[in-house]
Amino acid sequence: MSHQSDLIAKDILAYLEQHERKELLRFITCGSVDDGKSTLIGRLLYDSKMIYEDQLAQLENESKVHGTTGGKFDPALVTDGLRAEREQGITIDVAYRYFSTAKRKFIIADTPGHEQYTRNMATGASTADLAIILIDARHGVLTQTKRHSFIVSLLGIRHVVVTVNKMDLVNYSQERFEQICDDYKQFVSRLDLPDLHFIPLAALHGENVVDQSPNMPWYKGSTLMNFLESVYIGSDRNLEDFRLPIQYVNRPNLDFRGFCGTIASGILRKGDQIMVMPSKRVSKVKRIVTQDGDLEEAFCPQSITVVLEDEVDCSRGDMIVRPGNIPKSTNQFDATIVWLNADPLLPGKTYLFKHTSQTIPGQIDTLRYKVDVNTLHRSPAPDLQLNEIGRCSITLSQSVYFDAYKRNRSTGSFIIIDRLTNATVGAGMITERDAAKTKAAWEANEQQTASSESTTEVSQQERSARFGQSPATVLFTGLTGTGKSTIARAVERALFDAGRAVMVLDGEKMRSGVNQDLGYSVEDRSENLRRSGHIARIMNDAGLICLAAFVAPSESIRARVAELVGKERFLVVHLVADEAVRKARDIKGHYAKAEAGALPNFPGVSALYEAPQQADLVIDSGKQTVEDCVDQVLKLLVERGSIKL
Amino acid sequence: MNSYNLTHLKQLEAESIHVIREVAAEFKKPVMLYSVGKDSAVMTHLALKAFYPAKPPFPFLHVDTTWKFREMIEFRDSYVKKELGIELLVNINQEGLKLGIDPFENSDKHTEVMKTDSLKSALTKYGFDAAFGGARRDEEKSRAKERVFSFRDKFHRWDPKNQRPELWNLYNCRVNPQESIRVFPLSNWTELDIWQYIYLENIPLPDLYLAKMRPVVVRNGALISPNDDRFKLREGEVIEHKMVRFRTLGCWPLTGAVESNATTLPEIIQEMLLTKTSERQGRVIDKDGGGAGMELKKMQGYF
Repeated sequence: MSHQSDLIAKDILAYLEQHERKELLRFITCGSVDDGKSTLIGRLLYDSKMIYEDQLAQLENESKVHGTTGGKFDPALVTDGLRAEREQGITIDVAYRYFSTAKRKFIIADTPGHEQYTRNMATGASTADLAIILIDARHGVLTQTKRHSFIVSLLGIRHVVVTVNKMDLVNYSQERFEQICDDYKQFVSRLDLPDLHFIPLAALHGENVVDQSPNMPWYKGSTLMNFLESVYIGSDRNLEDFRLPIQYVNRPNLDFRGFCGTIASGILRKGDQIMVMPSKRVSKVKRIVTQDGDLEEAFCPQSITVVLEDEVDCSRGDMIVRPGNIPKSTNQFDATIVWLNADPLLPGKTYLFKHTSQTIPGQIDTLRYKVDVNTLHRSPAPDLQLNEIGRCSITLSQSVYFDAYKRNRSTGSFIIIDRLTNATVGAGMITERDAAKTKAAWEANEQQTASSESTTEVSQQERSARFGQSPATVLFTGLTGTGKSTIARAVERALFDAGRAVMVLDGEKMRSGVNQDLGYSVEDRSENLRRSGHIARIMNDAGLICLAAFVAPSESIRARVAELVGKERFLVVHLVADEAVRKARDIKGHYAKAEAGALPNFPGVSALYEAPQQADLVIDSGKQTVEDCVDQVLKLLVERGSIKL
Repeated sequence: MNSYNLTHLKQLEAESIHVIREVAAEFKKPVMLYSVGKDSAVMTHLALKAFYPAKPPFPFLHVDTTWKFREMIEFRDSYVKKELGIELLVNINQEGLKLGIDPFENSDKHTEVMKTDSLKSALTKYGFDAAFGGARRDEEKSRAKERVFSFRDKFHRWDPKNQRPELWNLYNCRVNPQESIRVFPLSNWTELDIWQYIYLENIPLPDLYLAKMRPVVVRNGALISPNDDRFKLREGEVIEHKMVRFRTLGCWPLTGAVESNATTLPEIIQEMLLTKTSERQGRVIDKDGGGAGMELKKMQGYF
């Protein structure tokens, strides 16, 4: 194994230091032997000098016996492992190959194009960051290209590089290449493949694999190897939702109780408040223990041991999360299932479901439909046969804690095990909660709003007279660090001291209680405000003034909340402050994290904040004192007839 | 690279620890097979990390063929047993010993009886339902398709056509009585990863890996280093003293030395990167039975 690096001979210590900092990239190769897949992999290994000399000698020997290149070195034989398949000339299982360059270590999941393709591809794709889809330049986009792309998108691979191979056999035609790219793009517009790239290759001769091809000067992009070395995969991980499925409880003596597991997503720091599912007991992180010393923070996919401040009951199968951001917890969910066994999936039969560190009996209640991997056509089906894919609803005998697979590969996936044979018979991906559900909740609201007038014998006028105020909700909206909570609390103090009945409702408080089940996706933010709007309305109906401090980044959602609370008693105060001021106030370091890519849905950095078009008041909190800000809000409430001063 | 990225070695470490803990949590009676070599050293280190501050909650098992290098046995007893305080089981096939198979004359038979049979009988004797091994997928072609959790029937046989699909990091740990799983936490490590990790983590190894003046004899094209008086010079053979080291450690009559001046870890890594012969080449057993020698051995229950 020889890396092409002068450093090895010259300065091995410098070389080792360079290689300590490599990243790991896993990819899958999809295509058949006819597309030159084995040849391509052989090339990558051969050109990165990962084939040993003795292996090479053995291969050259075998090229004479089994090869298809007339006795010349056949790179395809590098990847053929088992004797059976060498004799049959087909690859029958997933094989893993390894090579590395100065920048990255690569793991290739090499899966066959023909036999058992769905099962093997799903296996290889389940851990891959990237997929290489091979197309033979002579044949263009085929049915198999479509099914490979579908499985890649189903298993949630974000980066796809389409390699158009055997360009030498179409005279290195740019026109042919572009035509294939266009055909492919047209087909995949129906799939969820966010990051697509195209590279023309002649793998047998190594053209555009590691070295630029002299025969395709029209291609200005990177070679395949260059691309694999540089494609950015850092943002693929979920660093937002902290999830630690407990794998093992380490209890060597009475003084130490460590909860061990691999962080499925998110970041954990010493001192953080955590919650244990399913007991919902809350505690704090006392230590993050490793043999090399305690850690201040840990993140996915590290394997850690956590010690908590309190004696909280927690065992294998439980999950440690954050109180403001908990996974869904139920025993019923929908999933897409890939069937891996010759005995078909039978709805109603009891299977074991292994999800994170839990193994629970359950059954598939309904097989909603199966999907034809070649046409994406959906059809009803009584069962799922080997290599078939279907959408199912599932009921387990107890709850699991999960996120949708699209959001979280670790907490959204499971395998299905046959209770008698112990075989792994299926693999499932939990599907996104129906977006229609949230929409429906808003709509149900509106109907209720209309019909809830006369549920009380105490009139609004009587309440106003009792409290000496006309109830209102003031929404303090703005980016993190604009002083929403600070000003809301100061206004609350001033009103209370003036004898008014008032209460602050803030986002963090809501998230630690009523909205524990919500995250920070667009959908969850919408649901957070919908529920908060209801509480504001109840407070107003009770005669109270409600001061609501929320980021509330969406104009349309704010409009819906206004509608819900009652436009005549809903005021919007938009708080602004310069970036420097906001960052200085951000003691939790959210901006820095968001800018580093660790907080994906953070308004102002990684998500949109829509400034209110018609705020009742705009306050620059960076340019005046809190007292001045409070005065302006009080003035607004007086102007609108809510209070008299 | 921002601070929330792991290096490839840290990621491999995390994945291996996950595998080791999963076995400890799910199986009734696991065991870690310990061969004294560098892969075993890394696996031991990972097991210590996985359960720190506790000791690994399973014993180690060394299958001693009675032909291991003296230095290996010394290292095993002083480091693993004494220093780490790990429960160490040693199995010697006493029945096989009576047959007195000469590994020089019949290397195949020796490996089958003293290693494969010995391992199988030890697993059966203690009733282990999971056994960790330090094999890596990059070692040899037939291992490229091996699972991390590799199912074995009650005869400890491996059936390449009947392996369980392995998705994500969800490992199926279920076995019926007498069946077992071989678990390979180092599956995704390469030889370079192993060496680099040993170097970074400062993991102790037997000196045999480092070059030293040692007595050697050329036999069947390999440099064999006589380790005790069971070695008999054949006609025409002479003992020479050379700077040599061992790239793999096994039974000394079957393990060829390589000439080398590498006396430090970085020098070993340098030498490995500059030479282009793969590590199992020094082992005589892989070449038996043509290109698929290891594959046949595995079906019979060899690791």
